[in-house]
Amino acid sequence: MAVKTVQMPQLGESVTEGTIGQWLKKPGDAIEEYESLVEVTTDKVNAEVPSPAGGVVKRILVQEGETVPVGAAIAELEVEGEDEGEDDQQPVAPASDVPSSVAAPTPAAPTVAEPAPRPRREGVRYSPAVRKLAEEVGINPDDVTGTGAGGRVTRNDVRQYAESGAARSAAGAPSAAPAAAPPAPAPAAILAGAPARVEDADTLVPLTSVRRVIAERMVRSKQTVPHAWLMVEADVTGLVALRERHKEAFRAREGVALTYLPFMLRAVAEALRAVPVMNAQWNGDSIVMKKRVNVGIAAATDRGLVVPVVKDADQLNVVGLAHRAQELTQRARQGKLTVEDMSGGTFTVDNTGAVGTVLTYPIINAPEVGIVTMESIVKRPVVVGDAIAVRSMVNLCLSFDHRVVDGAEAALFVNTVKKALEALDKESPLS
Amino acid sequence: MAVMTYLESVRETLRQEMRRDPRIIIYGEDVGVRGGVFRVTEGLQAEFGEERVMDSPLAEAAIVGTAIGAAINGLRPIPEIQFADFIFPAFNQIVEEAARIRYRSNGDFGVPMVVRAPYGGGIHGALYHSQSVEAFFAHVPGLKVVMPATPYDVKGLLASSIEDEDPVIFLEHKGAYRSIRGEVPDERYLIPLGSADVKRQGTDISIISWGMTVNFSLTAAQKLEQEDGVSAEVLDLRTVRPLDVDAILATTKKTGKVLIVYEDNLTGGFGGEVSAIIAEHALFDLDAPIRRLAGPDVPAMPYAPTLEHAFMVTPDKIHDAALNLARF
Repeated sequence: MAVKTVQMPQLGESVTEGTIGQWLKKPGDAIEEYESLVEVTTDKVNAEVPSPAGGVVKRILVQEGETVPVGAAIAELEVEGEDEGEDDQQPVAPASDVPSSVAAPTPAAPTVAEPAPRPRREGVRYSPAVRKLAEEVGINPDDVTGTGAGGRVTRNDVRQYAESGAARSAAGAPSAAPAAAPPAPAPAAILAGAPARVEDADTLVPLTSVRRVIAERMVRSKQTVPHAWLMVEADVTGLVALRERHKEAFRAREGVALTYLPFMLRAVAEALRAVPVMNAQWNGDSIVMKKRVNVGIAAATDRGLVVPVVKDADQLNVVGLAHRAQELTQRARQGKLTVEDMSGGTFTVDNTGAVGTVLTYPIINAPEVGIVTMESIVKRPVVVGDAIAVRSMVNLCLSFDHRVVDGAEAALFVNTVKKALEALDKESPLS
Repeated sequence: MAVMTYLESVRETLRQEMRRDPRIIIYGEDVGVRGGVFRVTEGLQAEFGEERVMDSPLAEAAIVGTAIGAAINGLRPIPEIQFADFIFPAFNQIVEEAARIRYRSNGDFGVPMVVRAPYGGGIHGALYHSQSVEAFFAHVPGLKVVMPATPYDVKGLLASSIEDEDPVIFLEHKGAYRSIRGEVPDERYLIPLGSADVKRQGTDISIISWGMTVNFSLTAAQKLEQEDGVSAEVLDLRTVRPLDVDAILATTKKTGKVLIVYEDNLTGGFGGEVSAIIAEHALFDLDAPIRRLAGPDVPAMPYAPTLEHAFMVTPDKIHDAALNLARF
């Protein structure tokens, strides 16, 4: 007579362990080959395990209710023939990495002898492209209905979801850092702050998804990007005169208002080309010098802050920029921006003058490396030559990522913007 | 602009180039009097004489070896290997000598030679007349490997190959010779080696291919559009070395799903390199596993028509593989 070991079978591709449900035979019982020997349960299936050979049940090594890894010895049979030799290895199921036990059985620990490998978490899995896009547009892929094989969420599903009304509010925040953090419902970074104290008569306003995304991105930017800041003032008396001269005819001709923003965008686009390191992104172990100049415009809406992007701003003149900016801000206010409208930015301009400030400290829209504001244009007495004159002055404030940009380059950039604005006068062409 | 077959485009380009450049000579097995077994060089000996278009012995190592010498000494030889399957006796000359002379001579010498060879199956050629050999040569720095899919590309790529100062393996699919027709401008033009071509724009899935299977992929893409509503982009690499990595990554980023189609045996075929490049550089744009559709890993293209058909990558097989991937 020989002894044959019965092993815990693998009852599914991803199953790594099994629990003994009920022994259908007890020691001393005779058993036929393929006759059911034991019930095994896993997180996937319950199954009766057939005997690998005919004979007599000799010992039961694992008791009911206990869990052991696939391949572990669970019982021994006495079978006809030679003792288990090299040609007699016929485990119930493939157990390649667990050597079948040999004849002399140390009672193979009728408890859970070794820590079983953690069962792989069965759940929904997303492709890298889906994760990246979901992160970029600020949605949770769990919310998306999949149309792929087996209900898989595809990249197109995410895109369509983001562009549909369902996610518009969530997508309406600055398109920013494609960093690692998954779009958790409440990022830990926000929770980690000092807890608020709620007292009587206070009200709690639940976070909207757009507010949540803004919060998460602002925290991430402030926590991960070393912000440096500087400001210059520019004399835009000429620009004011230029706009005054053209604004009515412009509106009549072009159908959109002529604001200061397109002049600022034009100056910024040119300065980005002159100082390319401002048109870059931090990439961990490298710096990405962006080829395209896509300038985001921070726009306040009643849903919160959004940053639509003027693509290839360096290829548009003031008239083109006026149209594009108007179109984007209008769509922003109507909540009709698409994902495409808000992605791909390489730098951001914040027209803070529209809300009446004269000095702000903007937060960088990571992974971009800079954001510049155009503050309110105010008339001030300034020294011109040896006289004092009343001039239209504006402050330009720049926050920059000091990992990528040093002060000298930042100053060069903002001074290039300043010079471009100051070079304008009443006779300048609108180009 | 004339409509011509793939074969006619090869012939007319050779003719045009030989008229332009007296340094060009052609030789190979039966290319002279007989005009080649496929008639590619028909009429060229009559026009250019026996000193520029000549028959060679059945000795591929000698054909390529002498072409290397001629090229180093100032000629522009275009040796023909009658079937790509016969190129292996010349493998040593191509890989050890032609490919390395630029490096070995510290840049002093190049081998401006174009080795033309018909490759591929589906024409009842069985085991010695059906092989796809691009992967052997694409592996070798110093060589260029060109595989046009259309008559238009044949002309521009062949002219560029002849102008190239270093050796080029120019692989023509014999199934394409008479089955693929297209417009070819009369005037001379160059297509840079190393520039892939989007033969069809699409948004749902990218099919990357080269040589004859580009045409099969286009047929499949049309069916996908009409019957399944799937928009497939077809990228024709045109040259597998140098390789247009930017174009591969661009189409990957566009669709997120890539099917690589080639006729050579699956394992170790050039599609593995394309796949690796995508995996290395575009992981976060992938919405599905990269898939390859290629010939099976069997020793030869069978002769029996049913088995040959089973071996070949066909438009239907591409359609099915692409549809599966699009639905992933």
